[in-house]
This record gives sequence, structure tokens and C-alpha cells, in this order.
Amino acid sequence: MTTSPEKGQLVTANRLRDGIAVFLTRSGVWSETIDDAALALEPQAAAALESRAKDDEKSTLITGAYLIDAERLNGRVRASHIRERMRALGPTVRLDLGKQAEGTGAGFAAPEGV
Amino acid sequence: MPLLKNNTLVPETWLHTSADGELPAGDVVVPFARLLKEWEQLSKRPGKLGVSLGNVDRAEALAMFLPKLQLIELPFPAFNDGRAYSIARQLRQMGYRGELRATGNVLPDQLQFMLQVGFDTFDIGERFTLATWQQASKLMSLAYQRGLYRRNDEAEIWTERHTDAEPWLEQPHAG
Amino acid sequence: MYRYDEFDHQFVRDRTNQFRSQADRRLKGELTEEEFRPLRLMNGLYLQLHAYMLRVAIPYGTLSSKQMRQLAFIADKWDKGYGHFTTRQNIQYNWIKLEDTADILDALADVEMHAIQTSGNCIRNVTTDHWAGAAADEIADPRPVGELLRQWSSLHPEFSFLPRKFKIAVTGAPNDRAAVKVHDIGLRLHRNAEGAIGWEVIVGGGLGRTPMIGVTVRNFLPEHELIGYLEAIMRVYNLYGRRDNKYKARIKILVHEIGADKFKSEVEAEYARRPQASTEVEQRELQRIAAYFAAPQLEKLPRWSPGFEEAKLGNPSFSRWTKNNLGPHRADGYTIVNISLKPDGGIPGDATSGQMRLMADLAERYSFDELRVSHAQNIVLPHVKKDDVFAIWKALEAAGLAAANYGHAGDIIACPGLDYCALATARSIPIAQSISRKFADSAKQDEIGKLKINISGCINACGHHHVGHIGILGLDKKGEEYYQITLGGSSAEAASIGTILGPGFAGHEVADAIETILDTYLKLRQPGEEFLAAYRRVGAKPFKEALYAAA
Repeated sequence: MTTSPEKGQLVTANRLRDGIAVFLTRSGVWSETIDDAALALEPQAAAALESRAKDDEKSTLITGAYLIDAERLNGRVRASHIRERMRALGPTVRLDLGKQAEGTGAGFAAPEGV
Repeated sequence: MPLLKNNTLVPETWLHTSADGELPAGDVVVPFARLLKEWEQLSKRPGKLGVSLGNVDRAEALAMFLPKLQLIELPFPAFNDGRAYSIARQLRQMGYRGELRATGNVLPDQLQFMLQVGFDTFDIGERFTLATWQQASKLMSLAYQRGLYRRNDEAEIWTERHTDAEPWLEQPHAG
Repeated sequence: MYRYDEFDHQFVRDRTNQFRSQADRRLKGELTEEEFRPLRLMNGLYLQLHAYMLRVAIPYGTLSSKQMRQLAFIADKWDKGYGHFTTRQNIQYNWIKLEDTADILDALADVEMHAIQTSGNCIRNVTTDHWAGAAADEIADPRPVGELLRQWSSLHPEFSFLPRKFKIAVTGAPNDRAAVKVHDIGLRLHRNAEGAIGWEVIVGGGLGRTPMIGVTVRNFLPEHELIGYLEAIMRVYNLYGRRDNKYKARIKILVHEIGADKFKSEVEAEYARRPQASTEVEQRELQRIAAYFAAPQLEKLPRWSPGFEEAKLGNPSFSRWTKNNLGPHRADGYTIVNISLKPDGGIPGDATSGQMRLMADLAERYSFDELRVSHAQNIVLPHVKKDDVFAIWKALEAAGLAAANYGHAGDIIACPGLDYCALATARSIPIAQSISRKFADSAKQDEIGKLKINISGCINACGHHHVGHIGILGLDKKGEEYYQITLGGSSAEAASIGTILGPGFAGHEVADAIETILDTYLKLRQPGEEFLAAYRRVGAKPFKEALYAAA
């Protein structure tokens, strides 16, 4: 087990037909689970991911692709920004809904409760 | 650039000129600033005269020139910049009956709005097929507002509901 | 209630078909996202954090039971069994698919509803007093004007690409429950000494990052001139409103930058140029619409309902609920029932499909088949016999809808915030829940009395925090949520914008801070003095001292 996380960037977007938040994987498919995301550790790799995402935007698979900061620890991916952690889980006020309820949620908890 | 009028493609017969320089023979469209500057000369030359009005120019500023103008071009710098809709309607309300042309970022999804405020020709570019444009011109068969430019078979709802009320000033039918 | 005629039906069907074709073209790649976005927004479809969100218009907040049941049906079939009622008297669904949207719009059209212009830089759903047609203080029902404006503003070819969104509110009562002074255009009805009615036209109010109170441009506009005059205002705004900066693009900035006098003279000049002075069609259309809003056949009842009074005596919970949740009806023996969608610790404005159906059933049985959505995210049964109130309360209580906090600390207005919204900078709902739990003790809540707490999850102010007696604004500080508190706002007749109290708080500190503020109020208030009045009398100082002294 690693103890220090790998820090980098991954690409996220919304699937065009249903709007579900998705993450670009190493094999180039889009996964609903952030843990599946390809984490680019170098800016060049990040740019390559982004450019692949732009192609998928043109082919109407996804929309609104962008890079986010994230880190991977023991195979689980945690987005840096609270907004992205929310997208990877679902609403914090309805734990019965969204990815967290469908088995596609992130391994990290939503932001600490209020 | 292809021009759409009355739902068909029509040839461009106008020559566009810049802010200064020699005027070509024939029908010319000049920028508004040049119209102001060279009105004397422009009003006397043979050939038809048109003007390209900017988005921030006022329709009233054209009032004295209107009788001589046979084309007014209004630009859409972006499809979601809606100023030209108001300018078009103002010009029509001022009595202008010549050609009113939409240029710039003109898209099928806005065509019917443009027709309804009085535009009759459209600089449409190459991206969409003629069939797409023709279909786009009639997606909404009805409108609530009064005083729009609509074809015979396209009702204005309020006017239809109250047909025996005093009629709105007659409008020429849209292209 | 208004009913569609063949024209209205055709119009909405055309529009749905148009959207179906636009969505198909987007899915096939013939439209770019940039081109499609304004088209879907003008049909109420947003892309949010977790999925698409569809915002359905509830014109002037009025619904029939059949329409409410259809909203429940949509929640079950295409969403996750619930909906969120908004501060614009609309309903939002949070889990919508683009590929289903045209079918949903068809289902709405089946019950004379639509999602037209619930977003986009166009004229949005017109809002009004949720007690319209029932309130004791009303001069006239504002909804015929609301419906006239709905029709006029629907796909207006000249005003569909404005510099920014545009919101109109209408009130027919002197006690302003529609917040007309903080809308792009607010219309307020007056009756003059001769008994004639006319509309005060207020322009340039608004919230967002630059909150402003609107200015009056006409004091007493005859009703039939409204459309022509509003066209003139819209045209001046469309031509001269700023388009270089979306944060300065609302009409309030134009009015502020050129000055109210100059703005007014531009509008009057434009109005004077109108090509057709006759308003016969508008007058007739108003009469036609008004007939649909004829008052319901109310029975002649005594003011006193023995059954109602006995039920109160026998049931303290019911008694307390009637004290807080009923509004004065213009007819003897009737009352207005306000159903709070703010259960203790719940999500403000959310209702399950089952709750929607129950409220629809109650409206059908007890309130002339009519419901209202209030801008405070509650549901209103407008015409209820006092004799029936106890039966209604029992049904509500069984469905978790009997929160007795209407107009009190627990009746919190909150936007969806970062839990759902792509624009939000912080969460709103958990803050509302923590405050609601803190004041769940009914005795304390009643002791505090009338209070409006508003929470927005970003500067766009969908939760109207500027006009909350206590306003809370959620912001992002280096990836952490924090919350600014304002005091002294109000959207009523004497409208005011709240002022920021001091440094912000972390999410878990907010409810305690609110408690400190309210405890301070309880200590310093004069007998019978409501929170807002007390704040206006003493100012921010004692509250600041109480909140920040310890630090």
C-alpha cells in the first residue's frame, strides 16, 4: 500500500445524452466512476487527455470536458475541489441518490458535513 | 455568400464598399459613416444605394435617408446579440419598405425571429442546406405578439382571437 | 384558472416539436453545444453537476390538481420521484436526460404547461402574489395581467436575445408578497380616488451581485397600455443594455449608469413612437383572460366556524399550525392554507411525487381544484372553508407536510446550492437543514415570531439572501465553503437590501451564529416588535458585538 498520493490532473465531462458526470479512462472510454480516471502526472499527458476529450465532444459523446486537479491513493481518486468531489458522488443531502447510491461513487467522502 | 430570400437562394447584386476609396459602378452598400460623410455625392450617383448599419447606431439616425435607401444591412456579430432585432423593427415602424438584410452569425434556429421583425434577406453561409433553412422558416405556426411580419397562413393569436377589433396597420408579408 | 384555447395548444405543441428537432440535431452533431445551449435553456433545460435539470414554468404560480398530478407523474417516470419548487414559483427536476426531454415537454403540454423561457436571456416566468385572488387586502387579482404577459413574452421575436435574463413580478395588493421592487420590472396595482385602477411600473430592481431597489417610471399606467409600454422598456433595454460584461448586463445597471431620468425619457420617446396607438385588442384579450379568473363560487358562511374552533381547543399542534400557517381570506368563513415544504431538518422546497398527489387531492376536494406555488417555496391552497381545515391538517400531518413554521425561522428559502447547481460556490441546503434543526423547538420558533431567512449558494442570489431579514451567502475560499451573513433585508413594500455583518463563518458555525443573532434580538426587542423592525431600530451594532465579541 502506498502512503503518499500521486497528484495530477484528469479529464471530466458530462455525457451528452443524459448529462451524467463521466471521467476519461486510460483506454479512452468514459467511466461514471472517478476511480477509473486516467490521472496525468505531467502537463503533457494532461494536454493529451484533454485533446482526446475534445474529439469526443465533436463526436457528441460528451460535452463540456475540462481538466481537474486530483490525487490517487491506493487506487482511489480524490478530486481537489469540493465541487468535483460532489460530482463524483452525488448530492450530500440525498445520500440515497446519484453515484454514491448506485455503486459508482468515489471512495472519498463528500465534504465534511455542516 | 449565398443569400436567402422568400425561402430560395437569390444572387447577390450589391457591391459592398469600405469606409473610403473609389466607389464602383452599380448598386453599392456603404458603411453608415460613409453615408453620413458622402451623402451629397451618394444621393446623386446612378445605381441603387444601400447602407450597412452598426449594432450601436440608432435607427432614428437613418430617418432622413430612408426614402433613398433600397437595402439596409444589420449585423449579428454573435447569434445571441439581439440588438438588430430591435433596430429592424424600428426601421420597419419608421416606414422603411426596402430590403432588410441580416448578416453575420445568422443561424436557422433564429430565422423565424428575424423574419417576424421584418428582415427579408439573409446572408446564410454554406453550413446548412437550403432544406434546413426552408424548414426553419416555419417551425412555429403561431405567434402571440401583434405587428409582426408573418405569412398569410401564420396567425397572430391575439389578432385572430379578436378579428373584429380595429386592425393593426397592414404589414407586408414576410419573405 | 386560465385554460388553453386551440391557439395556446398549437403554440406549445409547435414549440415542443421544434425542441424535439433541435435536440435530435444536437445528438446527431449538427448543432454545436454553444449553439444548442441557448436553445435548450430557452426550454428550461440546464446542464448541472450530476445530470440535466429541467425547470418547468408554473405561470404566476397557479396550478390545477390535474397539473400537480402530472408533475408527480413526470417525477416518477423521468426523474427520481421528487421535484424542487423554486423561488420563481417554478418546479425543477434534477435528474433529467436530454434524450427524454421532448417527451417530458409533451407530457407537460398535455396538461397545458411548458418549460418555455424558464432560462436564457429572455423574459422569464412572470411571478405574482401567491395569495392572488384570495387575499383579504387585494385590490384586484393580478393573474389576468400575469397571463397576458406570459403570452406576450412567449417567444417574443424581438426580445429573445436580451443582454441578460429578465424577470417581471406583478402584485395586486398593497402588501407586497411578490417582491416587485427587486425585479427587472415590477408592477404594482393602485386604486385612485375616483376608484379607477392603474399600474405603477417599477424598473431596475434586482438582486445578484449588485442588489438594487427599482425606480418608479410610471405611477398609474392604464392596464390596456401595459403591453405597449413594456415593449418600449424592453426595446430600450435590448438596444442599450450592456453586452460587454455579463455581470453588468441586467437592466438595473443600465438604469443606474444612464440615470433614472434619462432612462425614463428614452422609454417615453420609444413609447410615443409606437406605430399603433389603439389598444382595443389588448383590452379585449385582457377581458377574455380575466373571465377565466372569475372568483370561485364561495358559499356565504359565518365568520365563525364552531368546528374549527373546537378542533383548535382539542389539539394544541393543530392550533399552533393554524396560528402560523393560515392567511386571511377575503370571504368570511374561508381561509388560505399555506403548506410549508420546510419540515424540520428537511430540504426547502422539495416534495415527493406522493406529497404532490396528496396536495392535488386536497386541492380538488377542498380548494376549488387550485394550488399555488409561493416564491418562498411553499404550496398554497387558496380557498379553504374553515370547517375543512382540520381534515386537511390531519391529511398533511400523515404525509409529513404539517410543519407549523410558515413565515418563521424554519421557513427558510434556499437555492439548490452546490449539491446540485453547476454555478454554485457553496452548499445551501445543509445550512438550511442545520438552522431548521436548531429551531425545531416550536416554542422557541414561536417566541421569535415572523422571520425570513434566505440562503444563496453563490453571488447570483437565487435564494434572495439580500432581501432576507437574515441573509446567508455561501462562498468559496480556496476550495472551502464559507458563509457571509447579512441583516435587515426585505422584499416587502418598504424594500431594503441587507448589510453584511462582518467576517464569514464556516458551514458548521452558521446555525450557532444565527442562534446568537436571534438570542440578541429576543433580549433587545420591544413588546411585539418583529425582528426586522428591531434591527431597523437598533442597527447592526448589538448583533455584531454578540457575534464577534468572543473572538
